[in-house]
Amino acid sequence: MKILYFAWLRSRIGTGEEDVSPPSDVDTVGKLIDWLKSRSPAHAEALSKASVIRAAVNQDYAGLDHAVSSSDEVAFFPPVTGGSA
Amino acid sequence: MTVRVQRDDFDPGAEVDRLTKGKTSIGAVTSFVGFVRGDASAGEAMTLEHYPGMTERQLLAIEAEARTRWPIDDVMVIHRFGRLLPGDRIVLVAVASSHRAAAFSACEFLIDWLKTRAPFWKLEDGADGPHWVDAKDDDDERADRWTTGSR
Repeated sequence: MKILYFAWLRSRIGTGEEDVSPPSDVDTVGKLIDWLKSRSPAHAEALSKASVIRAAVNQDYAGLDHAVSSSDEVAFFPPVTGGSA
Repeated sequence: MTVRVQRDDFDPGAEVDRLTKGKTSIGAVTSFVGFVRGDASAGEAMTLEHYPGMTERQLLAIEAEARTRWPIDDVMVIHRFGRLLPGDRIVLVAVASSHRAAAFSACEFLIDWLKTRAPFWKLEDGADGPHWVDAKDDDDERADRWTTGSR
């Protein structure tokens, strides 16, 4: 499973991309977040505030209940701040 | 439909010409150009990060949503990323339609939705070093009014 981090999540975790192989019972975005937190103290800290993290599965927005599988690209990032004015 | 995500600047006039060239069905074009604002509180410059692939995908989805709501001939969205200075252009949204009402409404809808859906993040320079800009609630409210019909 390909995991991507953007903005301050990338800065705090220290990488923008990692390939992971979670156990098969990690089958939703929410469970994946919990599992990723166990990878390092930096992951645990960066992923601790669920309310300010958005997720995308295969480049579409996804909620905590959205299914994930080993072939997915899953991204985590803060609420977006594009455009201007 | 044209969606471009690019580092380079763009020429709004030339882009609008490109949108309308050879199409006689178009009666109106509205365009929105967003700039980097040089606030006293903000830094001198910023860096705009995005999620390549998802950005284009979300912009196409936003455009498809606009087409379900208004009769649109064509849409152009150009969004820059990378290092930007106050006064620099960030984004262009242009909508061509047979009549002005649809062009005005769709253009406003597109920029409001883009701000809450397109995966861009601002890293502002500041006196204490660079910092990530938080999303604004009023941007969500501006986007939400298109779903609640409370305009």
